[in-house]
Amino acid sequence: MNWILALPELVLACCGMAILVIGVLNKRDMFQACSMLTVGAFLLTAVLVIAGPTGVGYSGMYTADAFSLFVKLMILAAAGLGVIVALDYNEHANMQRFEFPVLVLYAATGMMLMASSSNMMTMYVGVELMSLSIYVLAAFARDELRSAEAGLKYFVLGALASGLMLYGISLVYGFSGSMGFEQMAKVLADPAKVSPGLVVGLVFIVAGLAFKISAVPFHMWTPDVYEGAPTPVTAFMGTAPKVAAMALLIRVMATPFGHLLAQWQQLIVLVAIASMVLGSFAAIAQKNIKRLMAYSSIGHMGYALIGLAAGNAVGVRGVLFYLFTYIFMNAGTFACIIAMRRKGRYVEGIADLAGLSRTDPALAMWLAVFMFSMAGIPPFSGFLGKYFIFTAAVQQGLWTLAVIGVLTSVVGAYYYIRIIKVMYFDAPAEAFDARPGSLSFVAAASGLFTTLFFFYPAPVVAAAEAAAKVLFR
Amino acid sequence: MIAALAFYAFAAVLLASAAMVVSSRNPVHSVLFLILAFFNASALFVLAGAEFLAMTLVIVYVGAVAVLFLFVVMMLDINFVQLREGFQRYLPVGLAVVVVLLAELAMVLGGWKMAPEAMNLRFAPIAANTSNTVQLGKLIYTDYILIFQASGMILLVAMIGAIVLTLRDRGLTRKQNINAQTRRTPADTLVLVDARSGAGIGELGIYRPKAPESVAAAHDEHHDAHHGDHSSAGGHH
Repeated sequence: MNWILALPELVLACCGMAILVIGVLNKRDMFQACSMLTVGAFLLTAVLVIAGPTGVGYSGMYTADAFSLFVKLMILAAAGLGVIVALDYNEHANMQRFEFPVLVLYAATGMMLMASSSNMMTMYVGVELMSLSIYVLAAFARDELRSAEAGLKYFVLGALASGLMLYGISLVYGFSGSMGFEQMAKVLADPAKVSPGLVVGLVFIVAGLAFKISAVPFHMWTPDVYEGAPTPVTAFMGTAPKVAAMALLIRVMATPFGHLLAQWQQLIVLVAIASMVLGSFAAIAQKNIKRLMAYSSIGHMGYALIGLAAGNAVGVRGVLFYLFTYIFMNAGTFACIIAMRRKGRYVEGIADLAGLSRTDPALAMWLAVFMFSMAGIPPFSGFLGKYFIFTAAVQQGLWTLAVIGVLTSVVGAYYYIRIIKVMYFDAPAEAFDARPGSLSFVAAASGLFTTLFFFYPAPVVAAAEAAAKVLFR
Repeated sequence: MIAALAFYAFAAVLLASAAMVVSSRNPVHSVLFLILAFFNASALFVLAGAEFLAMTLVIVYVGAVAVLFLFVVMMLDINFVQLREGFQRYLPVGLAVVVVLLAELAMVLGGWKMAPEAMNLRFAPIAANTSNTVQLGKLIYTDYILIFQASGMILLVAMIGAIVLTLRDRGLTRKQNINAQTRRTPADTLVLVDARSGAGIGELGIYRPKAPESVAAAHDEHHDAHHGDHSSAGGHH
């Protein structure tokens, strides 16, 4: 039994329990200490992920390969950034409870399990572990009506999506006779074994996962939950779970259903187009920056799905690369949004950013960098991500997708650049409160990464390529 | 012979009690019939040779779930008469749905063909000389250990979530303070009142016995609005 394969997850889960005990037993306020310990646990786990062996274990339920390694590092980075941006916010919003980092930690454990799953059951358990933690996090500001509503809404709709996915899994199991990805791939290699029932099950599984990445038409919850949840939770929800669910979607489509490309390609193309169009047009009218980011994330998931629709290693490399740049753009943007505090109250309107370039030039500069990058303007990292995705689509002859992608990027650029216009050309509003160090750190680190990534993207490209090659042998 | 008789007896009681669950007017009776149904179902499991499932059914469903139901039924003041209102009005719609479902079932069963080897595959193979508890244990703790433990983590997260979202220390809960209890003297808590015969205690200004000083001081602020004249009596609650 090669249990050492899952050592990162085991260590992370044990760290979570230890942090929980530390938090409970101390009478003092342990939020900051537990957050620091959680970041430490993430670092330790990242080292274990990098150093760990590869292979298949636990009776074929768990796979550690280059793909899972790359995805897990992204998840750990995103979760770590999520904990750091919450440090100051939670103190001010009266949410300084040590359970917060612990829940983020368990969500990360579930996501790592998702990234490594090679069996439908592991996949489902991972998804549930992640989702349940995030439902609680969304409702974490329990005395605020909006947060409680966000948590409940996400929970009810998420449970529905889980039910859909479970139903799909049961159909697929019934028609293919197996839960393991490898065995299913073997069975489905024979076209005679592909029945309509199996394709229906496949569609249900895609629907369940599309809900988690908030792709149209399963996006309804996104704007409300993003707006209602406490901002650090929104920052976390926008990065790590998206990465994990997208990675799982890629693995499920590529490994067990790899031979059914013709069946799922149309589905993914449709979802990608709808997400890109809705994400870019619905964001135009938004006045709340968190809602704007919600629609922006829907659009970004649409772009990422283009790479999956290409259905080959080049496309998946593009998706992984895109997600990698997206994490840092998103975390940085949310660090800037959390810094929007005026006289002790957090503000979320786009109009509140007016004239930020004069009251806080550094913050305005970083936010402008992230907005340019999200719009896909060179030389920022967001441009490279879009470039890889669109090239993959064009190579596969998916011209419609690429053209719609470029057109919606132009529409998206309008609302991203409008924020820059508000910051740089409008009459200054009252200055924000002093920024805490943790937010400046995240904004500056993500901003530097986004700006300078252009000079040396080779290691990330190589890692993403190695990861994608595992799935398409 | 005896096994067949037992099967029919348990099955009949099971069906009857299940019917009573939905038809009984008193919700508490419903829950009690549900418990009876669970017991009979577990007896059927024993007859089928699945003793572990039988015990789990009793422990989990009767021990925890049914008791929980009972608590919920008793604590939530649900007006079941009101719930049944409109039964007559919606009856035709319900009957139509029932007819459609029955027709569909009949169509499915009409086209049913049993696979030839299915009868032999009904039960999972059981190795000789092991009980199915041992076999389940081997399956869960070797093949499925990873997801079994991950499911445990899901339950842990659910527990943390329930506590985070609901537990709050309002400062109103009274915790035991042994030090304060042993230091109490009769003078702190006892008040001698000269009660006229025939006078009510409200008239005399006595509502509650006197509370220890520290607690009384902490609580007076909250409740001044409610009790106008409790100063003479000391504490409250």
